[in-house]
Amino acid sequence: MVHWWFATGFLGLGVLLLGRAIVGEEVWNRRPWRRYLWPSLIFVMGVFMWPVMTFFTSSAIHMLAHGAWAQALMLAGAAELALARGKVSSRAWRLTTSLAMLVSGAAFLVHEQQAWLFSRAAFLHHALGWTLVAGAVFPILQYVRPRSVTASAGFATVLLVVALLLFCDRDTAAIFGHLSVYAGTPHR
Amino acid sequence: MNAELASESAARRVALARPWRARLVLVLGPAVSCAGVVWAVVQPWRITLLEPSAQSFWWLLSEPPLYVVLVGLLFRFVVAPGLVDDLEDR
Repeated sequence: MVHWWFATGFLGLGVLLLGRAIVGEEVWNRRPWRRYLWPSLIFVMGVFMWPVMTFFTSSAIHMLAHGAWAQALMLAGAAELALARGKVSSRAWRLTTSLAMLVSGAAFLVHEQQAWLFSRAAFLHHALGWTLVAGAVFPILQYVRPRSVTASAGFATVLLVVALLLFCDRDTAAIFGHLSVYAGTPHR
Repeated sequence: MNAELASESAARRVALARPWRARLVLVLGPAVSCAGVVWAVVQPWRITLLEPSAQSFWWLLSEPPLYVVLVGLLFRFVVAPGLVDDLEDR
């Protein structure tokens, strides 16, 4: 169920950033509260990842992965908040989002011990990991071409895909009708 | 009555004259909410409130299709109106 709360957070982020991509950065930043909206959401999600790490993980490797996501989310949120506030001015700080996505994607891939089709959870871990690793190109593109609609819409789309995959997450449910006999009791 | 018709017609003209970006922003929230409604219809067992007696507190708090609907509604009524105003002021 925790996955669904974070999926909701990513869905919110994706919708906000898609709205920002549609209207453009200039219009989006016209109201100060809107500038802080999505960086704050990322930061808060990072803060909430700590109790998930503490109370909802059942092994050391899961705890480390959740800790990595907490730090990555907080780092990306803090860098974007500092940019929005004007505490930092270099656009290179945008690259922290890319770094956070790479670290998060790697954490997904490293902590999943099973192959793609072992269970739905295994499939989703691989899919989420590679989506984040591949999606890390969009913040880099935003740094290189700040006005690119493709870059901002692409970034938003990656977050929407992450939300979709997290909403699909179940412990040991089948994927494409296949479930390893070693996966345990199937869930719906 | 005529004044009412005239005001309705003016509102329709304003809506038609809206730039496509504004229309897209206005449709984004409802589209997300619709996705949540479709999900709720396709997988009603995801809404544990429909069978509350068999669930614990945390499962009752987890209503993913309703979360999706909520995100769409929040965007439509909190974020989108200001965005459309700012787009039209530009």
